[in-house]
Formats: sequence, C-alpha cells, structure tokens
Amino acid sequence: MESKRYQRLRREVGVLSVLLVAVTVILGLWVTPPDVVQGQLVRLIYVHPPMAWVAYLAYGVTSLASILYLWKRTRNLRWDLLAASSAEVGVIFTGLTLVTGSIWGRPAWGVWWTWDARLTTTALLFVLYLGYLALRRIPADSHQRAVRSAIAGLIAFIDVPIVHQSVVWWRTLHQGATVFNPSLSPRIHGEMLITLLLGFISFTFVYVWMVMHRYQIAALEQRVLDAELEKLIQERRNEPGLGSNQIESNDDANNAGQPSKV
Amino acid sequence: MWRDALLIAGKDLRIELRSKVAFNQILPFAFIVLIVFAFALDTSPDTLQKVAPGLFWLAVLISSILGVDRAIAIETHDNASDGLLVYGVDPGGIFLGKVVSVFVQLFLLEIVLIIAMVVLYGPKIGGWPLVVISAVFATLGISAAGVLYSQLASSSKAKQTLLPLLLVPVASPVLLAATKSWQDAFAGSGWLGDPWLRLLIVFAVVYLALGTVFYNSILEG
Repeated sequence: MESKRYQRLRREVGVLSVLLVAVTVILGLWVTPPDVVQGQLVRLIYVHPPMAWVAYLAYGVTSLASILYLWKRTRNLRWDLLAASSAEVGVIFTGLTLVTGSIWGRPAWGVWWTWDARLTTTALLFVLYLGYLALRRIPADSHQRAVRSAIAGLIAFIDVPIVHQSVVWWRTLHQGATVFNPSLSPRIHGEMLITLLLGFISFTFVYVWMVMHRYQIAALEQRVLDAELEKLIQERRNEPGLGSNQIESNDDANNAGQPSKV
Repeated sequence: MWRDALLIAGKDLRIELRSKVAFNQILPFAFIVLIVFAFALDTSPDTLQKVAPGLFWLAVLISSILGVDRAIAIETHDNASDGLLVYGVDPGGIFLGKVVSVFVQLFLLEIVLIIAMVVLYGPKIGGWPLVVISAVFATLGISAAGVLYSQLASSSKAKQTLLPLLLVPVASPVLLAATKSWQDAFAGSGWLGDPWLRLLIVFAVVYLALGTVFYNSILEG
C-alpha cells in the first residue's frame, strides 16, 4: 500500500533528521572552537543561515507546486496540499530566521533590529506568506481554494525579487555600507565549515520531515471532509419523499458550476 | 478585451458618479489621515516637509484598500460577476476595466491630496514631470495589485480584514519607490531616468500582466 510506504519513508527521514541535528548540535556546541572576533556568538551561524535557506527552499517548493496545480495537465489536489504544507513550514522557518538573527544582532550590533536590506526583505516575506496562509483559511470548496491559493502563492513569489530590489536600493542609495560588511563575517574553515554544511543538510532533512507530516495531516483532513460530504449526501438520499433523481440533478448542477477541463 | 475594459470602467465610474462613495467617504478619510499624521509626528515645518512624500503615499495606500474593496464589492453583490461572465465579457477586460476605474478615482484623490499636503505640510514641490509620471505608475501598480488581491479575497466574509494583510506587504515596494522618487523630484535631483521610477514601471507592468492572465481562473475557480 502506498500510504504504508509513505509512512515508512517518513519515519526514516525523521530518524535521519534527528540524528543529523544531534550531530550538528554536538559539533556546533562542543567540537568547534569559538571565533576569534565573535567568541561563542559564532555558534549561531550553524543554525541561522540553514534556517533562512530552508525558508527559501520552502517557498520555492510552494511556488513550484502552485504552478503544477495551475497547469491543467498536472492539476491534482495533492499539489495544493503540498504547497500549503511547504508554505506553513516556510513561515515557521522565516520566523525562526528573524528570531535567531535578532538574538545574534543584539550582542553583535547592539540592537535587536536594524533596517538592513536583508532583514527588511525577510520581515516582509514573513508577512507576505502569513497572508497566503490566511487566504487559505477562507472557507471554500477545495478546487476554488486551490486555484486562489496557487495564484496567491505564485504572485507572492514573483513579488519577492521586487521587494528585495526596492529594499536594497532603499538602504544603499541613501546610506553607506550596510551592517553586513564582509570583514564582520567570520572566516570559515575546517570543522566550522563542515558543521555549517551539516547544519544545511540536517535542516533540509528536518524540512522534508515536517512537510511530510504536514502533508499527511492535510490529506487526512481532506479525506475526512470528503467522507463527511459523502455521508451527508447519502443521508439526504435516504430521506423519505426525496427521489434519487432529484439528488442526481443537483449533482449535475454542481458539476456544471465547475469550470470544464478542456 | 480593450472594449470590454472600457465598458466596465465606464460602468464603474458611472456608479461612482451616482453613488459618490469615494467622494463622500474615501476622500475625507484620506484627508483626515494627513491631519492625524501631523498629530503623531510633530507640527514643526522641518519634520513635516521632510516626511511629506512618505505620508502622502501612505495615505494613498490606505485609501486604496477602501477603493479596491469597493470596486470588487460592486461585483460580488448578487453574484454580478457571474452575470458578466455569462454575458461573454472577457475576464481580462473585467480586470483591466476595474483597474482603470480604481486608477481614475485614486488619481483624482491624489490631486486633491497633493493640494492638501502643500497646505498642511508645506513641502517645496519641484520636478513636476517626475512627480506626475511616478504618480501615474505608482497608482497603476497599486490599482492592479489591489484589484487582483481584492478579487482573490472576495469570497470571504473576512475580506475587510484579510485584504490589508495581503495588499500592504505586496504594495510596499510601491510605497517605498513612490516616496523616494518624489523625494528625489522635490530635491531637484531626480529626472525621468530615476531608478525608483523604473521600479514603479516594472511593478505596474508585472501586476497588470499577472491580473490579465489570472483573472479568468480567479473568477471561475
């Protein structure tokens, strides 16, 4: 059965991600040395960039799944559920990116927040996809919701470069260098580099694991919804005084309301 | 499509001309926003002159939310948009028509607001070509993105609260670019090659294209 295979794969990915995160934690907290300039603070680099990467990966997957749903030849509700699951995980990781960045910024720059181009873009990105998730919450039939969210997801993704460009200009045309100057960033080599790379890999696995979980929940919710609808239709069919013909003609009317697939 | 767009725009503007919702409600609202900004900041001429372009575009953006909401509400009432589709009106045309109608209303609102801004904040306005052309493309961009998102959120009972959440982050580059290009124009340093103007043009073109392509799916879906 496909779902059994899915479950097994999910468990395997889960075990692997926990192991990888554990190794990253050990390497990041104990094995790697503190940085010359930043001291213990440098350890945040093993979490913060991987989180940002996962956020972008998640939004990329959402956009791809949205395109696949909008394209009529590959239209399948699964793409919609995948887009939703990935976006949710993406929003969580964008939030974590902002929080970990802030935690790093306070001791390193002396402020929790600064109007740096990357920070501002990330904050806007966070709200942009919160809007996408809010739009998904609108009660609608699954096809309608899928189309609307797919379009919204795609627009959000197209908007990101415009937002980024505007913010970069905003900070560079009117001010000098940003806080992210190259000399601040630690020179990475040896075990630090390995730990950082491992951070990227382990967080990617965590992402896949979370999306798999979330996708399954979304699919189950959809199944419950379909089953309930089926039950209601059945109950109505069994009601005395209502011919089955009438129900069928209702079904036809509902189908006619759907856009025809050409 | 273009004919349909003109028909829809004409219809919407006629409705506005007779109901005067934008004139009686949105315009005074934008005006009061300009006044309360001064309460929140400072009444010293230096501060107000410096931030005038930003406050102006913020007032326009906030008012545009009301404007696009109204433009789509006309069609969702009694499922009027289904009627339009049945008549065979091109969906892209409906979108462009709505954008034109919102654009015209917002642009008129801006003309009134700019006078109010000069009186209340006293900035020295210069570089008129850049001021006008930036305003045209900024308004076009806000209208296109606004109509698109308002239609996306239209089936919801919570659309009044959802629309600002969707529209403001998306339109934030317009707010930024329009403010900066006006600052450049006022300072006399900006000309038509201003990078901010280019950004406004790109935004407007992208959202007009997206809306024309996707409006059909949103209406039918």
